[in-house]
Order: sequence, then C-alpha cells, then structure tokens
Amino acid sequence: MLRLLQIEFIKLWNNRASKVLIISYFVLLTSIALVAAIKFDIGPVQFHLADQGIFNFPYIWHFNTFVTALFKLFLAIVIVSMMSNEYSNKTIKQNLIDGLSKKEFILSKVLTVISFALISTIFVFVVSMILGLVYSDYNEVSIIFSDLEFLPAFFFKLVGFFSFCLFLGILVKRSAFALGFLILWTILEQVVFGLLGWKVMSWEAAKAVKRFFPLESMANLIKEPFTRLSAVQNIGQQIGEDMKFDYHVYWYEFLIVIVWTAIFIYLSYALLKKRDL
Amino acid sequence: METILNVSHLTKKFGYLTAVKDLSFTIEKGNVYGILGPNGSGKSTTLGIILNVVNRTSGEFSWFDGNTSTHEALKKVGAIIERPNFYPYMDAIQNLRLVCKIKDVPETKIQEKLELVGLWDRRNSKFKTYSLGMKQRMAIASALLNDPEILILDEPTNGLDPQGIHQIREIIKKIASQGTTILLASHLLDEVEKVCSHVIILRKGENLYAGPVDSMLASHGFFELRADNLDELQELLEKSASFGKIENYNGTLTAYLKEEMDAESLNKMLFDKGIVLSHLVKRKESLEEQFLTLTKNQ
Repeated sequence: MLRLLQIEFIKLWNNRASKVLIISYFVLLTSIALVAAIKFDIGPVQFHLADQGIFNFPYIWHFNTFVTALFKLFLAIVIVSMMSNEYSNKTIKQNLIDGLSKKEFILSKVLTVISFALISTIFVFVVSMILGLVYSDYNEVSIIFSDLEFLPAFFFKLVGFFSFCLFLGILVKRSAFALGFLILWTILEQVVFGLLGWKVMSWEAAKAVKRFFPLESMANLIKEPFTRLSAVQNIGQQIGEDMKFDYHVYWYEFLIVIVWTAIFIYLSYALLKKRDL
Repeated sequence: METILNVSHLTKKFGYLTAVKDLSFTIEKGNVYGILGPNGSGKSTTLGIILNVVNRTSGEFSWFDGNTSTHEALKKVGAIIERPNFYPYMDAIQNLRLVCKIKDVPETKIQEKLELVGLWDRRNSKFKTYSLGMKQRMAIASALLNDPEILILDEPTNGLDPQGIHQIREIIKKIASQGTTILLASHLLDEVEKVCSHVIILRKGENLYAGPVDSMLASHGFFELRADNLDELQELLEKSASFGKIENYNGTLTAYLKEEMDAESLNKMLFDKGIVLSHLVKRKESLEEQFLTLTKNQ
C-alpha cells in the first residue's frame, strides 16, 4: 500500500502544476483563519466578523467544513489531470507493462484521493480548533467536542467528490473536457431536478429524489451554515421569517455518498479493465 | 529447456476485424526471437496481449511456469512497445525511480543502466527535452532496470536516423551476448536476420511459421553457376534429379537444389562431364527472399 502511495507521490510531486495547486489548496485551507481579521471600524459602525459568533464552538465545525469544502475544486483539477495525463502521456500503458496491475493502478489513485481527503480533514480540524480556542465564547470541553460529525461528513464529501473526478478523468481521458463534464453534470442535476418538480412529480417529491443525485448528495452532507448564525437568525425574526432549519448530518446521507463513491471507483476499474490501451 | 512464454490459440478481434487469429508459439530461454510481419499483421497486438494492455478475445498465454499472475511476471520482463512513454516533466532519474518502485526493485541499478545506453550525462534533463533516439535509449535503460529474464522490443529502431539505429542495434547485440532472451518485433528483415536465431512470421494475424531461422523453408539452397558453354550446362542440370527449377539470368544460371549437395561434389561431377565452371557459389535464400516466398504462397 505504501508502495502504491509512493508511486503516486513521485508522479504528482515532480509535476510543477500539481505541486503549485496542492500547495495553494492547503494554504487556502489555512487562510480561513484570516477571516478572523475582517474588521470594519468606521466611526459608529463597528464590525468584527470574529465577534459575530462564527468561531464559536460547536458552530465553527459546521462553518469551517462548509467553507473549506469550497476549495476542493483545486484538488479536483489535480485529480482529474493526474488521471487523464496518464492517458495523454500514455504512461498508463508503460505502468502496466512495467508490472503494475490494473487493480493496483486504480488503488494507487484511490489511496491518493483518500490521503488528500484525510489530510484536508486533519487540517480543518487543527485550524478550527486553534481558531475556536482563540475566539470562541464557549470553551467547555463538552461543547468543543460536540457536533463533530461535520468532520467525517467533510471527509466523505471529499472522498466522494474526488472519486467522481477520478472516474471522469478515466472516462473522458482529457483533463479539460473532464472538468467541463464536471460542470455540465452539476448543471444537469439541477435541470433534472427542475424538470422532475415541474412536470413529473410534486416539488416535495423532487426534493427527495434530488438527495440521491451524486453531487447533490455530497453537497447535502454539510448544509449551508449561514442561517444558523445568531445575527442572521435575529434578522429573520425581525422580518417574521421562521429560520428553523435542519442542519444535522444523518446516517443515510453518509450511506448515499458512500454508495456513490463505491460506484465511481468500481466503474473506473471496470472501464480500465475493459479498455484496450 | 526452460520455457519463458507459452501462447496457445490466441485470438483478438476488434469489431469484425480479426487482428490475431489462433496464434500459438513458445519462447524458450536463451534464444533471440524475431516476430516478423508487414505493418498491420498483428505484431503489436500480440505483444499488447502478453503485456497485459490489450484484452484477448480467446486463447491462453502463460508466463514462466504459469503459476504467477501476469502483472507479477511482468516485473521480470523488460518491454518497450512502440513509442517510449515516460512522464515528460520528470528527468531520467525520477522516471527510472518510478519504474523501480513499480517493479519493486532497488534503485541501485539506475546509474549502471543509464551508462549502458549513454544517457548518464543527461540524467538531470527532463524527458521532454530528449531526442527520439535518446527517448528510445532511455526506454531500453528502463526495461533493463530489473535485469529481466526476457527483453521485448517492438520496432525499436522505428523513426530513428541511421546513427540512432546503429546505437540501438549495438545495445541489443550487447544485451543478446549476455544471454538475455530477446523478443524483437520488426518489419525490418535485415534487423531480424542480424540478431535473431528464431523467427515467428505473421500475416494478417495468422502464424505462417515459427521456428529456427535456418529451417524456415524446406530448402537446400541454390547454386549460382557460370561457364563458357552455358546451354550444355543447363541441359545437364535439367536432366539431373538433384535440381528443380533452373533460371538463366544475364549469363548466370541459378539452380535450385531439391536435395542436399555440396559445391565440391557438383564441381567434380561437372568437370567429369567436361564442363569447366568459371563461377560457382552455393547460397541459401536470404531471410527477405524466404519471407517473401512464405507470405506470397499462402
């Protein structure tokens, strides 16, 4: 297993573009701490974002995992190109001839994806912990370690998304087209949802079906955290809008994402196995 | 003798095109094999199948004793097919390190092999800066990293300039002299003739011949003869049971043997009959002539 990771590491780390993207990704993950520095101090209007409660435990777990997940696109580019470059350089052929089995080839990519997700999760955990300890209004241990399910949600969200990228890389074989396909797919899910709700079934039912779409299911793991902010809640109450909103992560949401991940990895393998190179 | 590769009844279909048809052959240790065939005769497809990159339609092949999986066996094989494929953004050392990791061998041989192919001086240049000849030599270095039991080369001199071709051939000869089994696919007959002891001849995916180069045709060779009284000579030879076809070309008779006969006894026989030869050469058909005969006949 270590051998497979080392193989992938040599391929990635010697590629300047990948290296730059990976480093920028992790720098961006850390830079979420900079949000704390956002401070307006214009006479009577004083605004300090860190004071608005976004760094309060346990809310910070929700907020940080949601925001940092937006940066996953950087790694998506790396992952799509690490797969499709093997085709355009024909190095996949050479790898197989040199004695890597097709299973090992896919496994080395999957392990890389899992490592990326795991490192990101640890990163987010550490950054959030530090920010929280500095800015949070509540520092009781029981509060700090509540709502931690957002971390595994973050991990599975990333693994699922990256597996989808891997599959697209293998399917399309060209990184630019694969990324285009990814965007197309995102739009497609919304279009299908719209059509379902409009013509086929009720909007309620369409929403239920939408939860099973691959990208939608991943997005659903960590729901938007902004309506949970007390400031936003206050505004909501003032305009008479009830903002009670279920933001919890449920086991079946994990299950849907895990099933999609398995499907994408299996399809990648099946595709590689079937193809002549 | 130790068997390295056994292929039996291998067939590959691309849609309704049959690229390889019921192909069987065996590779024994220590020989140098050539796979001959015109372009599109299924050479590369066959190599692709045994190297795990092309799926077979039917048939079997087994490496070594047949107990190892193909990808495990390939770690003991060195192969270059068609164009050399490496990571363009990595230098020679980085690329070879990666190959070492894949083949699960230590990195100690990198220097030795790069020196063998004359690329040690360029070890820190990125692969994309190499010329085609250098890329091809780099591929050979990579294939040799594990001191393979068998080296498989597919058109190794394709697209190279004469100097490059010469360098590659010298390297192949050097490797062959060290006792490594080699399987060389080519449509260049003189290339195969120079280095191979055995040939497998393919045409449209079918096996026309597999065996030693010498016994490719059931032929005993032919004589090239010249004498002052050519007509008398021709008449005499036509009467003899030892000869088949006799051709007269620009005052030189070419007489094909039907049975074994050495030049000495022919000379003596003719002299006894009163014919004095001014030119006598016994020859075997060249690989090219044999190849053309074989591919034409079927």
